[in-house]
Amino acid sequence: MADTPIIETRGLTKEFNGFTAVNAVDFRMREGHIHALIGPNGAGKTTFFNLLTKFLRPTRGVILFRGENVTEAGSAELARRGIVRSFQMSAVFPHMTVLENVRIGLQRRLGTSFHFWRSESSLGSLDRRVMELLEAVDLADFARVIAVELPYGRKRALELATTLAMDPKLMLLDEPTQGMGHEDVNRITALIRKVSANRSILMVEHNMSVVSTIADRISVLQRGQIIADGPYEEVSRNPQVVEAYMGSADAELGAAHA
Amino acid sequence: MNGTRIFYVLAALFALCVPLFGIYPIFMMKLLCFAMFACAFNLLLGFSGMLSFGHAAFFGSAAYATGWLMTAHGCGPIAGVAAGVGVSAALGLVVGALAIRRQGIYLAMVTLALAQVVYFVCLEAPFTGGENGLQDVPRGALAGLLPLKSDLVMYYAVLAAFVAVYLLIRRIVHSPFGQVLKAIRDNENRAVSLGYDIDRYKLLAFVLSAAIAGLAGSLKALVLGFVTLSDVTQANSGEVILMTLVGGSGTFFGPVIGAALVVTLQEYLSDLVGGWVTVIIGAVFVVCVLAFRRGIVGELAARTFRR
Repeated sequence: MADTPIIETRGLTKEFNGFTAVNAVDFRMREGHIHALIGPNGAGKTTFFNLLTKFLRPTRGVILFRGENVTEAGSAELARRGIVRSFQMSAVFPHMTVLENVRIGLQRRLGTSFHFWRSESSLGSLDRRVMELLEAVDLADFARVIAVELPYGRKRALELATTLAMDPKLMLLDEPTQGMGHEDVNRITALIRKVSANRSILMVEHNMSVVSTIADRISVLQRGQIIADGPYEEVSRNPQVVEAYMGSADAELGAAHA
Repeated sequence: MNGTRIFYVLAALFALCVPLFGIYPIFMMKLLCFAMFACAFNLLLGFSGMLSFGHAAFFGSAAYATGWLMTAHGCGPIAGVAAGVGVSAALGLVVGALAIRRQGIYLAMVTLALAQVVYFVCLEAPFTGGENGLQDVPRGALAGLLPLKSDLVMYYAVLAAFVAVYLLIRRIVHSPFGQVLKAIRDNENRAVSLGYDIDRYKLLAFVLSAAIAGLAGSLKALVLGFVTLSDVTQANSGEVILMTLVGGSGTFFGPVIGAALVVTLQEYLSDLVGGWVTVIIGAVFVVCVLAFRRGIVGELAARTFRR
């Protein structure tokens, strides 16, 4: 079954009042890969993410998760099956502590999430696992801090820890390094590589140095269509891609490193 | 935090000794009923982030159910109140299921519309007494033994119910369920992406709030001995919003303070100034919104933490 893609779309299309944001996309992603989705602004990357996680309903097309048709599944159900996404803007629960943020990702599996009569302290059994996850993203010292008070880079790390708490098969990261300084970018990149063991990661990313260092494969989206697909070296020399990015075919994509 | 504990001890002492101070017990009971009502509303607005414009429907329908069962069918107070709570919870399930499909102001409009439906049912149904409402609702005896006719006994019964509701709400907020509610209020999409079917959590919050509002309405029917259309009117829905916001939504004790303030003003000012009491309460509300948006308790808490 190693050849079955972890996620595959066939003819996936999303139209908004006559505007086609995602146009008949056939996309395949190998299990265990870090796959980067790149493309200029407005290319439909985030829409594509929203379709995969059913935050938007596709107009047409089919989504297969490990060969199974999940086109009709709801967002929460997909999350429970192992497709967990992050958002473009940091997606923490701002008024909860760092520890509570991660615990929310774990506590559903206790089966007590509707128990309004039970004390919060019954969630204490999860704290060890929470702390392990926080260690993994270097946030253990911040466990009692309210999330809104964390600096931006730390928030993204917290978000990653919460996502990891779900033990996802497929992580969808929407611009995980957006708006970060160099140090944070390096830290998050290292983190993504670290957590990619035993799982697949699909990420939208603009930072080419991040993409070139960690992505196994790249798909380029332009005007709702995939115009190239392959390893970084190959894609970055594709004249169509270079033109889409740089406006002319003269430069090489690598120039975007700066 | 120690200050909070001292405050609770003092409040408890005061509540227990109220009959000694010669405060009119019916007034205190009415105040406690509205405090419960406001706490129920706050569970929805303050802790779940949903604004209902129709909470009087739950309060009033429970009051009618209790009043009707006790006058026309000779039910005891426990059965009567339990039935009232059941009716409001069921109504909460229906209204909630329809309302939570929308958010913000649209959710509020759905609750408003459905509450108007309930109002017309109460006006037209054969067993509600129409414009007259239900009069002479008997209080009966607790478990057939303790006669509630005595205001003193009734007062402690209502006080016990209030304390139970207050503790229940604290527990709900600090429960695994409360954690999920908080997460949904903070970031709905993220909660979905973590596998939570948020509608089911919102619906449970709605039903719990409706049930507690119903308990408040049922007890009010027993305390005053009558149920009238004013219990289900839009004005009553508005009043509970006002109480919650003035006291401080999202705080535990805020709605109690807000309810106490509004009920006291209504009780003591209406003799002095008549219809102007509405204007005065409106002015208090405006001052509140302009000067301390977090409400009285919310503002006090914020100031204490800043120090």
